[in-house]
Amino acid sequence: MSDLETFRTEARAWLEENCPAEMRTPAKGDDDVCWGGRNFVFQSEAQKLWLERCVAKGYTVPDWPKAYGGAGLSPQETKILRQEMAKLGCRSPLNSFGIWMLGPALLKFGTEEQKVHYMGQIARGEIRWCQGYSEPGSGSDLVSMQTFGEDKGDHWVVNGQKIWTSYADKADWIFCLVRTDKANKYHGISFLLFDMETAGVTTKPIKLISGNSPFCETFFDNVVVPKDQVVGEINRGWDVAKYLLGHEREMISGMGGDGGVTSIGAAMKATLSEEPVLRAQMALFDVDNLTFRAHGERFMDEWKTGKAHPAYSNLMKYVGTELNKKRNELVMSIGGSQALEWESERANGGSKARNWLRTKANSIEGGTSEVMLNVVSKRILEMPGG
Amino acid sequence: MAMTLNDDQNMLRDSARDFMASEAPVTHFRKFRDMGCKDGFSHDLWKQFAEMGFTGILIPEADGGMGMGQIEAGIVLEEIGRNLSPSPFLTTSVAAVEALKMADKAMRDRWFPGILAGETVIGIAIEEGVKHRPEKIACVATRSGNGFKLTGQKQFVVQGASSDMLIVAARTAGAAGETDGLTLFAVDKDAAGLSMEATRLLDSAVAAHVQLDGVQVDADAIIGEVDGGWTVLSKMLDAGRVGAAAEMVGVGTGAMDMTFDYLKTRKQFDRVIGEFQALQHRAAHLYGEMEGARSIVLKAQSLMDEGHAKAELYVAAAKAKAGLACNLSVREGVQMHGGIGMTDEYDIGLYMKRDRSLNEFFGDAYYHADRVATMNGY
Repeated sequence: MSDLETFRTEARAWLEENCPAEMRTPAKGDDDVCWGGRNFVFQSEAQKLWLERCVAKGYTVPDWPKAYGGAGLSPQETKILRQEMAKLGCRSPLNSFGIWMLGPALLKFGTEEQKVHYMGQIARGEIRWCQGYSEPGSGSDLVSMQTFGEDKGDHWVVNGQKIWTSYADKADWIFCLVRTDKANKYHGISFLLFDMETAGVTTKPIKLISGNSPFCETFFDNVVVPKDQVVGEINRGWDVAKYLLGHEREMISGMGGDGGVTSIGAAMKATLSEEPVLRAQMALFDVDNLTFRAHGERFMDEWKTGKAHPAYSNLMKYVGTELNKKRNELVMSIGGSQALEWESERANGGSKARNWLRTKANSIEGGTSEVMLNVVSKRILEMPGG
Repeated sequence: MAMTLNDDQNMLRDSARDFMASEAPVTHFRKFRDMGCKDGFSHDLWKQFAEMGFTGILIPEADGGMGMGQIEAGIVLEEIGRNLSPSPFLTTSVAAVEALKMADKAMRDRWFPGILAGETVIGIAIEEGVKHRPEKIACVATRSGNGFKLTGQKQFVVQGASSDMLIVAARTAGAAGETDGLTLFAVDKDAAGLSMEATRLLDSAVAAHVQLDGVQVDADAIIGEVDGGWTVLSKMLDAGRVGAAAEMVGVGTGAMDMTFDYLKTRKQFDRVIGEFQALQHRAAHLYGEMEGARSIVLKAQSLMDEGHAKAELYVAAAKAKAGLACNLSVREGVQMHGGIGMTDEYDIGLYMKRDRSLNEFFGDAYYHADRVATMNGY
C-alpha cells in the first residue's frame, strides 16, 4: 500500500472514531456552522467536541504547519482528508476568515511571533476575524481607499470608515487596510490587525435585500493601533491584500461537496419531469456544474505544483460565482410559488429566496465579474491597452 | 489521479504537436480538400501516424500496441483538432480499437496488425437516422447458416467507403428502443450485399450511406456476446465521444488562439481592436469556457482509464461541454475576425465547419446533456 493509501486508511479510521454522529448530518443553516471566537455559543455538545478533537489533531487547518496549530499535511494528504470527510458527510469543524484568508497571508508575510500567536489562535477557534477592505467610495477601485492611520511614533491613530465588513458585529479582531502614506497610492497602504473592542471602533449592520445582515459598516474614531500589529512592511499592505484576494478566489474553486452528481434534491427532480424546458436548462446547468468541479480540481492541482498562471484565480472566481447565481435562479424556478414564501416553516423561513438574493453579491464582492474579466484579459490573455 | 499531465504525457504532447504542425497542418487539409480526394485523407499520413506509434496507442501491449489510455489518445486528438489534420484516427484507432479490445484473439489478430501498420481503416456503422440514437437501432440480424444475415441501412459512417471493415450494430433480438438484443459484427467491405454511397460533408470528410441487403456473416464476425452488444457498443461509443470531445478542445483552442492573435494585430479607429473592453470581456469568457472544457475532458478520460463507475456521466458531460465551448469559440472566431472571417482563404471558417461535424459525431451537446439529466435522476 502506498503512503497515501495508508494515510487514507488512517484518516478514515480517525474520522470514524472521532466525528460525532450529529456532526455527520448536513448543517441546516448558518446557526449550525461553528465560527469560533470569544462570543461563540456552541449549538450542541457534539459541535464543541468535534471542534476540540479537530483542534487537538490539527485538523481545523490540516495543511498548516504543526508549529502554528495545523497537522502539517501535504497537499495530497489534505485532499484525501477532505475526500474522506465528504464521504462520511463530516461537517467542517470550524469556519473562519482567519483560516481562509488571514492565515495564508500571515504564513507568507507574518513574523515568526505573529504566526505562532495569531495562527495558533485561529487554528484553535479562539479569535474570530473580519476583513476591512472596501470603503463607501472604494469598491472595485479599492486602492483609492482613504481610512488613514496617523503616525504617532510607536502607534497609529486610525480614523475612517469601512463597508461590507462581513460579520464585523460578531468578530473579535479585524485585518484592515489603512492608508499610512497619503502621497503614495499603491505603496501608501499598511495591513493592520487590531481588536474590535479597542476604543473608537463601532459597527452597524447593513440590512440586505435578502432580509439578512451578514455585512456591517465599521467606523474608526481615533483608534490606537500599536506598530507591532502590522503584517508585512509598512506601506506595502497592498501586496498582502492582493495575495489575500488571490487566496480568496482560490478558495472559491474549492467549493463543492461529493463530486457533484447533481445539485438538487429528489422533490425538485420530480417537478422537472413535468417541465421539459426547465429540465433542459437544469441539464445544461449540471453539465456546467460537473465542468466547474473538474476545472476546480485541475486548477488546484496546477496551483499546488506552481503551474497555474498567478491570475488564474480571477477566472475561477468569475466562473464559480456566475455558476452559483445560475444555480439559484434555477432553484427558484423549480421551487415555484413555495420558493416565494419569505417566512413560513414550510419554506424553511424563506431560505431559498434569501439564498437566491444573497448569491447576487457573489459576482460583486471580492472583485466584480467585470473586474475579473479585465484581469483575465490583460494578465492571462495579454490583451493590449491600459 | 492528479489533474495534470505527467512527464511522459507531456513528452507525447510535444511530439504530437510537432508532428501535426509539420506533417499535417491546415495547408495539408486544404490540399486534400482542394484535390477533391475521394477518401478525404492521406494514406501516406496514416502510415506516418503508424510510424509515430499513434495508430496503436490504445491497442494493448500484448497485442503489439502501446497499451496507453484515453488521456494519451486525447493528447493526439487535441493536436489533430488544432491542425484540422484529416485522418481515420478517431474512428479506427480510438472507437474501433476500443470495441476490438473486447473481441476474441482471432479477431484481434486479424485487425490489429493492419491498424498498427497504418494500413487498415475501420468504419463505425451505428447511426440509422440523422441524430445519434444508438438504442433505436433497427438494422436486423437473423440467424443463417453458422452466423447471421444482416439487413438494414446505416448513415454518417465516416470514411466508410475507404474502410476495410465496418463495425455494424444490429438487432438480434428485441425491438428498437431496447438496449438488450443488440449484437456487434465486423463486416468485411467486400461482403456480398453490402453497398455504399460516399458523400462529402461540409468539413470535407467523406461519410457513407450503407445498405445491408442480406449480408451473410459467420459466427466469427461477432464482437462480444450475441444480444449483449450494448456493453461493447457503449464502451466503443464512450471512447468515440471522449475522443471527439478531445478533438474539439483542439479545434476550439486552435480557433481561439487564432482569434486572440487577430485581436492583437487588427487595427480600427486607430487602435488595436483587442484594446476594446467589449471584445476583451468576450475573449476572457471564451477562455474560461475552453478551460472548463479542457478540464472536464481530462476528468472524463482519467475516469475511463480508471474504469470508474462515474466515467459514463463524465463522458456525457465532457462531450456536451466540449461541444458547447468549441462551438462558442468558432462563432466568436468568425464574428471577431469580421469580413475576413467569412472568406474561404482565411482558416477560421474551416474550424467552424469542423466543429459542426464533431459536435454531431457520437451525439450532440443536447443529447448528452439529456443523458446527464437522466443519469442524475431527473
